[in-house]
Amino acid sequence: MSPTSTPVAAPSAASDEPVTVAREVPAWMITTLSVVFFIGLWEFFGHGVDPIFGSYPSAIAEAGWDLLKSGVLGRALWQSMQAFLVGYGLSVIVGVPLGLLIGRSRFLEAALGVFITGAYAMPLVALVPFLVLLLGLGFAVKASVVFLMAVFPIVINTWLGVRAVPKTLIEVGKSFVASDFTILRRIVLPATIPYIMAGIKLAVGRGVVAMVIAEFFTAISGLGGIIINSANNFDTARMFVPVIVLMVLATALNGLVGWVERRVAPWQTEMSGRDGN
Amino acid sequence: MSTSQVSFSDVSKVFALRVDNQVQKISALKSVNFEVGKSEIVTLIGPSGCGKTTALRILMGLETASRGSVVVAGKAVKGCGYDRGLVFQHAELLPWLTALQNVMFGLELKGMRGNELKDTAMRYLDLVGLKDAANRRPYQLSGGMKQRVGIARALAIDPEVLLMDEPFGALDAQTRESLQGELLEIQARSKKTIVFVTHDLDEAVLLADRIIVMRNGSVQEIIKVDLPRPRGDLGTLRGSKEFAETRYVVWKALHSAEQQRH
Repeated sequence: MSPTSTPVAAPSAASDEPVTVAREVPAWMITTLSVVFFIGLWEFFGHGVDPIFGSYPSAIAEAGWDLLKSGVLGRALWQSMQAFLVGYGLSVIVGVPLGLLIGRSRFLEAALGVFITGAYAMPLVALVPFLVLLLGLGFAVKASVVFLMAVFPIVINTWLGVRAVPKTLIEVGKSFVASDFTILRRIVLPATIPYIMAGIKLAVGRGVVAMVIAEFFTAISGLGGIIINSANNFDTARMFVPVIVLMVLATALNGLVGWVERRVAPWQTEMSGRDGN
Repeated sequence: MSTSQVSFSDVSKVFALRVDNQVQKISALKSVNFEVGKSEIVTLIGPSGCGKTTALRILMGLETASRGSVVVAGKAVKGCGYDRGLVFQHAELLPWLTALQNVMFGLELKGMRGNELKDTAMRYLDLVGLKDAANRRPYQLSGGMKQRVGIARALAIDPEVLLMDEPFGALDAQTRESLQGELLEIQARSKKTIVFVTHDLDEAVLLADRIIVMRNGSVQEIIKVDLPRPRGDLGTLRGSKEFAETRYVVWKALHSAEQQRH
């Protein structure tokens, strides 16, 4: 018996079938509701606490308005941001190339890797007085502390990212006779961007903390200055103002880095299961 | 052979493998000799670990031979070169580049610039039937389309020899068959010399002028395929008696290779 086959009529074109697009609650709405709910809770329970030991949103807002009106907050923010931006910017400019080189070179990895890993865990707070001794009490010491805190997560993430680049992608470059530098710039760097961006995001948080620490130790200036002055005067509501400003700032910077990432590496967010919003 | 494009003379490869603080020597290739003529399609076939991919990587210049020499178009192989184009097992397109930019990548490294660069890349993308997908990125391409871009990228630099490392192994049967047909058409027009690594028996017979059966790092047998070239309709060919006979000869060679291994 030979095999038989029966033709089946082709299905009609599916172009007129309804298309359903899932309607989801947007992420920003969930985030907003979550923040409002948290502030509401804090306001409700915060009133029962002694104003020395705690505060609540409306009191903080009032203190914030006073600080803003008198220009103290704006001036402090500007002082802090200058140091932050210089230190943070330098950490990106130094950290990314250093991470790329360490990841690509067996020699540099063996020679410098141990310092990088060690320095990442360095208790920087202990070193600030020493840095003050070296650099004085001004802008330079603040920027350096921010740099030292922010640079290592960037180096380490970039380094790990380079190590994770598939060997076959490097071989694509080699098969077209690319030089080591060309492979680094045109294959390793783009392939490492998601790791670099993760490092740059981590560095925002660490940089902000570093800035405040530096201001505690050095001059009574900047947002850290307001925090320490208010705490010394038991003015808890006023102390919370720069804390909240810093949290908002760090969140905004993270969002900014995420936006940059979607611009320079659009394939990454589209390739992964979730979108970047 | 005076028209020899590729020749392996006495090529051996030993890998050092560190297992539990002891260095073991693994002999991946043992004194391999074969030649590939101009415009010939040669497939290397054998079970995994037989050394076929190692031979291809040495030919590409990604690996160096421990002994012996490999000559391509009259020149000894020293590292990679534009006289050889490699099609990778999983295409290995650069995910941040579009299909067109991926094809342009090799050409740019070869030194081509400007309009010529874009036009040439577009021509090769058209050759593999992907002109309309030029601006898609790899994640927007199917497996078969990715491998087509991979073939276009390797062909675009106009190499003397096209090297292919199990390029259709990860594709579904239908896509694989249509790509095999397209590859034969492209070869018929361009007269490229092709060295093709596969573990698929049908594929080896369909594509090759000669099949090199490998075992344990050595060439076990070289089988000449007496099927007409151009191959014509591959579907008809698959059903033909000649195909079945050649297939059986290669199967026996592979089978005896297996038996000797155990």
